[in-house]
Amino acid sequence: MAERPELTETGTAGPAGAGAAETGSGPSAERGRAGAGRWLPSGFLAPALVLLGLLVAYPILFTIWRSLFDAGGDTFVGLDNYVAMFTDSQTFTALKNNLIWVLVAPALVTSLGLIFAVLTERVRWATAFRLVVFMPMAISMVAAGVIFTLVYDRAPERGLLNAVVVGVHDVFADPSPFPGARPRDTGPLATRAGAYETRQQARPGQTVTLPLVAITPQRQRELAPARSAQARPGALTGTVWADFTPGAQAKANQIDPTEKGLGGITVEAVSGGRVAATATTAADGTFTFTGLADGAYTVRLPAGNFAQPYNGVNWLGPSLVTPAIIASYVWMWAGFAMVLIGAGLAAIPRDALEAARVDGATEWQVFRRVTMPLLAPVLMVVMVTLVINVLKIFDLIYIIAPGSSQEEANVLALQMYLRSFVGERGDQGLGSAIAVVLLLLVLPAMMFNIRRFRREQG
Amino acid sequence: MSATATEPAGPRAAGAPRRSLASRIVNRAGGGAVQIVLVLIALLWLVPVVGLFLASLRSGADNAGSGWWTVLTKPTELTVQAYGDMLSDSTMVDSFVNTVLITVPATVLVVVVAALAAYAFAWMEFPGRDWLFLVVVGLLVVPVQVGLIPVATMYGKVGLYGTIPGVVLFHVAYGLPFAIFLLRNYFAGIPRDLLEAARMDGGTEWTIFRRVIFPLGGPAIASLAIFQFLWVWNDLLIALIFADSGSQPITMAIQQQTRQFGSNIDVIAPGSFLSMIVPLVVFFAFQRHFVQGVLAGSVK
Repeated sequence: MAERPELTETGTAGPAGAGAAETGSGPSAERGRAGAGRWLPSGFLAPALVLLGLLVAYPILFTIWRSLFDAGGDTFVGLDNYVAMFTDSQTFTALKNNLIWVLVAPALVTSLGLIFAVLTERVRWATAFRLVVFMPMAISMVAAGVIFTLVYDRAPERGLLNAVVVGVHDVFADPSPFPGARPRDTGPLATRAGAYETRQQARPGQTVTLPLVAITPQRQRELAPARSAQARPGALTGTVWADFTPGAQAKANQIDPTEKGLGGITVEAVSGGRVAATATTAADGTFTFTGLADGAYTVRLPAGNFAQPYNGVNWLGPSLVTPAIIASYVWMWAGFAMVLIGAGLAAIPRDALEAARVDGATEWQVFRRVTMPLLAPVLMVVMVTLVINVLKIFDLIYIIAPGSSQEEANVLALQMYLRSFVGERGDQGLGSAIAVVLLLLVLPAMMFNIRRFRREQG
Repeated sequence: MSATATEPAGPRAAGAPRRSLASRIVNRAGGGAVQIVLVLIALLWLVPVVGLFLASLRSGADNAGSGWWTVLTKPTELTVQAYGDMLSDSTMVDSFVNTVLITVPATVLVVVVAALAAYAFAWMEFPGRDWLFLVVVGLLVVPVQVGLIPVATMYGKVGLYGTIPGVVLFHVAYGLPFAIFLLRNYFAGIPRDLLEAARMDGGTEWTIFRRVIFPLGGPAIASLAIFQFLWVWNDLLIALIFADSGSQPITMAIQQQTRQFGSNIDVIAPGSFLSMIVPLVVFFAFQRHFVQGVLAGSVK
């Protein structure tokens, strides 16, 4: 390579720099080289050529041939397996996802790598930073997958990301006071659209009872005893309480001495479909509506009082699984882009930058007009390399996507494996076709890389 | 180059338009903001790994009930129980040994076989040399997926299926095109004089290869070896196809565990760490060659 990118910026010695090597003055007898010389190269080449021929070259032909036959391998089906890539819904999803991966992941990784490389240029502890960001390149995609299954765990008490999301959410929205509490099936309360309301209407001066159940014993222990609301002239009063006494012979829908009041619940007085007044229960569960116009009211406990707590996002559910796995890929590969681009930045001649600055260009202009054009070839190499890598992505998806959303996260390499080697419905015809398509997709990118590499090596 | 943003007194301050105090303060504040952003990013990169590590140091029950960050307030939860269980249960240990038994030969073989071929391509004259080299390099484009079905069939016939040598040979074959490519280009840069001198001294091609090429090719060979080592060590797909439960490497053992019903993070977390130790040691010990190896190999 023209420049040798490194985390640190020390030079490396080329082959000539190794200098004082032994020049083969060992005990070498004069041998008849003229005779053996003809066959000598084959001796050096044979191991490589045998392995390549048997395990790489021949399989290309076999796979292409095999892709023209059905699952059993006996019936010639022409291009049917290639057509099936678009008609077989699983394979087509894999194809679409591969497209998303190729469009999104390399661009994301390259931009992040560029940002990191530029930011670290002027920081003293750049080497330490680069070390940290580059480190995921060392570990397997399996290990990275395990790491991110922990991050993406659905349960906020276990999954890091959901713990953060729920924490932030709860800062801005108060959690409901009694999630899951509900009335008995028979009793004064009926359920309507998640809210609970009295079956019978009440008038000012009367008292209503609003018994609820399904409140955990732990929670009940923290609560104050319930109190019967006193009837007051001109006001509608009532009590919301936990109508359950374990083991005792308590009566349903009556406030027994040991039962607890439910404080902090929002109560609405509804008349003709409109909320006439709103109150909040005291710690003992009592509430009072004053100043109501005379008439019949339905007392309602809105659904917000009992909403289940916010549980975060289903990262690995069908809709988010691919973006989530792409994020973990970015985590793994950003360091790669950063180091390559960093080397590219270091190779830019200082004079060009200084000249632009002397001419009065701002830092941003210098970056856009001088740095970026000089960096373009490096960015191209990074992108192309990532495209090749992303086309063949397999392990991350196989490890991170749970069985339930594996189909939505599927990609060609995974589908090729699943279809060819897993389960009863194995179809090595379709599997071979997918492999051939992967080969064709990788081909142009790989040609680009080889040409570039040859140029650099001179 | 030095940090110009924080050293306005440097040579460039003289040439650049004079800077007001205000702009210097903005510059410094900007530098501070960059540092803070970088610290946050570094944390973002570290926390998931630290999370897995701390999870591996908690009991299965603790992990099922709460997140790994609980140990930050309750350090008493820390236990090496999971590691103890892992070491006493043979599955993970055996598969770790298998990983070593696959990776070491696959790395050594690629280096030796590719170096021999690369030397022939670089320094020997024979008909069709350039053409043959082009074919070998052309094989670089072949993704492993193309080889899976035919080689699995072939292995089935010759009894290599489910064996460690089978896995090793496949890794070697698919590592060769790139290895030959890299080494030939490097060997071609070795000064002709050194080879001629060795020939004058009566060295055979074999002695030249051993005494001149191999030592001088050191840096390229080191990069190649590290890259190949990591590639094989971290592989899952090839193992899934060609290994069985007796010859499976640790990545495959971990993968099998993730498919089990229910949560068994107390097996998966320490297993993952066991699998990461060697690559991380290689990473920190051979940083320079490591980076070059990864970058060189990334064209694959």
